[in-house]
Amino acid sequence: MPTITIDPITRIEGHSKVTIQLDDQGDVQSARFHVTQVRGFEKLCEGRPFTEMPALMARICGICPTSHLLASSKACDDIMAVHIPETAEKLRRIMNLAQITQSHALSFFYLSAPDFLLGMDSDPEERNILGVVRKFPQMARDGIKLRQFGQRVLETLGGKRVHPGWIVPGGVSHPLQAEQRDAILAEIPEAIRITRSALRWFKGQIESFRAEVRAFANFPTMFLAMANDTNEFSAYNGWLRFIDANLNIVADHITGTDYMNYIGESCNDDSYLKTTYFKPLGPQDGIYRVGPLARLNMCQSAGTPQADEELAEFRELERHSVLSSFYYHYARLIEILFSIERMQTLLNDPEILGKNVRAHASPNNFEGVGILEAPRGTLIHHYRIDQNGLIETANMVIATGHNNLAINRGVLQVARQFVKGKKLEQGMLNRVEAVIRAFDPCLSCSTHAAGEMPLDIQLLSVDGEIVDRVRR
Amino acid sequence: MTKAKTTKARIATVWLDGCSGCHMSLLDIDERLILLADKIDLVYSPLVDAKDFPENVDVTLVEGSISTDEDLHKIKLIRKNTKVLLSLGDCAVTGNIPSMRTVFPLAEVMDRVYHENATINRQVPTKVVPTLLERVMPLHEVVDVDVYLPGCPPSADNIFMAISELLEGRMPELTLTARFGA
Repeated sequence: MPTITIDPITRIEGHSKVTIQLDDQGDVQSARFHVTQVRGFEKLCEGRPFTEMPALMARICGICPTSHLLASSKACDDIMAVHIPETAEKLRRIMNLAQITQSHALSFFYLSAPDFLLGMDSDPEERNILGVVRKFPQMARDGIKLRQFGQRVLETLGGKRVHPGWIVPGGVSHPLQAEQRDAILAEIPEAIRITRSALRWFKGQIESFRAEVRAFANFPTMFLAMANDTNEFSAYNGWLRFIDANLNIVADHITGTDYMNYIGESCNDDSYLKTTYFKPLGPQDGIYRVGPLARLNMCQSAGTPQADEELAEFRELERHSVLSSFYYHYARLIEILFSIERMQTLLNDPEILGKNVRAHASPNNFEGVGILEAPRGTLIHHYRIDQNGLIETANMVIATGHNNLAINRGVLQVARQFVKGKKLEQGMLNRVEAVIRAFDPCLSCSTHAAGEMPLDIQLLSVDGEIVDRVRR
Repeated sequence: MTKAKTTKARIATVWLDGCSGCHMSLLDIDERLILLADKIDLVYSPLVDAKDFPENVDVTLVEGSISTDEDLHKIKLIRKNTKVLLSLGDCAVTGNIPSMRTVFPLAEVMDRVYHENATINRQVPTKVVPTLLERVMPLHEVVDVDVYLPGCPPSADNIFMAISELLEGRMPELTLTARFGA
């Protein structure tokens, strides 16, 4: 059977490839998303003190190190059985929001904007952030500034932009200073201006991406995200909830090790990324999505004024939940707006300068779970220690794993819509990559790939002759 | 190829077995990226859509260590096609975190991930995916490296300084400003 291979998928985090099987008529039969390396963090941490985990686990990912730092520290809080001081919790929330801001800005402006601005079918040599700099300098400058804002908050609080420290088991290592707070607050109006302007621009573009909206992983699934009593947007505190495509609650109040009753992990023979599924429904029907789209479908309100206005408009896209994964981009911008507004509220709270920021304790539990909403979705760190506080085993369930079923199904949907086997064009294949980009996968997070083989798409006839060939 | 293009330096960036943090630190040069856009052609990178590692690359920055058979193949190709190879960050320079798995037999690492921590279809992937090496290696164990820039990640200032110096045709002096870890 003729096979198209796209390798590597570019402008995403980590390495992967896609294979598309065609039938004898040149129609797409099946398509698979393969992740091609694993680093084994679940094993390499074995025997190390649990207090080392936040710094070690942050190295899972250079885009969202703070998410792993936070989830890991929460798991350690659980092992110590401490309730961290309120100021510490607020400071951690600011870090999480800054992380969401910079990561979403990277996804939108650096990785996906080249498709929106220069076009899905544009010259692949120019279709990147430097191409955007050359042709749309103001947009590029805005994107750089917005990501820089998020990174600066992380640097101000955590000491550096990539792999910051500061967040520790029990809280944070030292209090925030008034000058640091003021420096961040001073940058907020400009960050909000950029986000609002990007939102306005993107909303104006949606009409020209009708075909992508229709075919980019657009199907009913369940959604998983963090929930709380207020039903406001929640990224740090709360429990896990599954809802269906009609917004009915399917499972609720999932905390600690409960996740194991609801989330199953299935291995694949052709990908280092495991597939996560809703256990009660099994690996076929148990498909669900996480991340910005899931969170905006889940919450009833954002909880900040400007983001709430945007959320109301977003909700009008569809009658129940918003189902097209193309709208992940839109949801990401709304989440940036929310994050900046929420940071502002937290920083204006006088308690944020409180001096009590860390709880101290020895291990009191042999097991701990930390759950967090990372930029790409629900992140779970789960550790078990021995009586000396050394790690016996660890399991991490990561956003891209949750989305693996939907990404695979989305790749097939896009391939069927756009890849016509008679004559291959690079724009067709770029759309297959673009649906993956919509999910903003982070492959370093659960596995890590290396297979950067040259792209060589061959279209073979039934008797194996090369009918068409695309090389980049 | 236009005349303007040929006068620009041909730069590539690659990540092997790392976390992408060094690439994020590269992006942390912020507005200086706009300066670079005029001076370089980014001919290959996870940030651009080129799929083939090209020939005649002036400078390649490589993040991450060598962990699979494909990494091995790749780094040799990069070396062959690159004038100046820069080992970017602690994983490339020492093996760092990825090499921590080397203290366990590979079979035990795979067993943890694909048997103990899986619910169904327990199996180690073998189709389509590259094969992991028993031992993770830094770049210089396999190829000659011209410039070492340690750090986890190296700071944006150091990365920008290294690129700027190389664009001017000088070897960057990094011993005073770069260090391992932070």
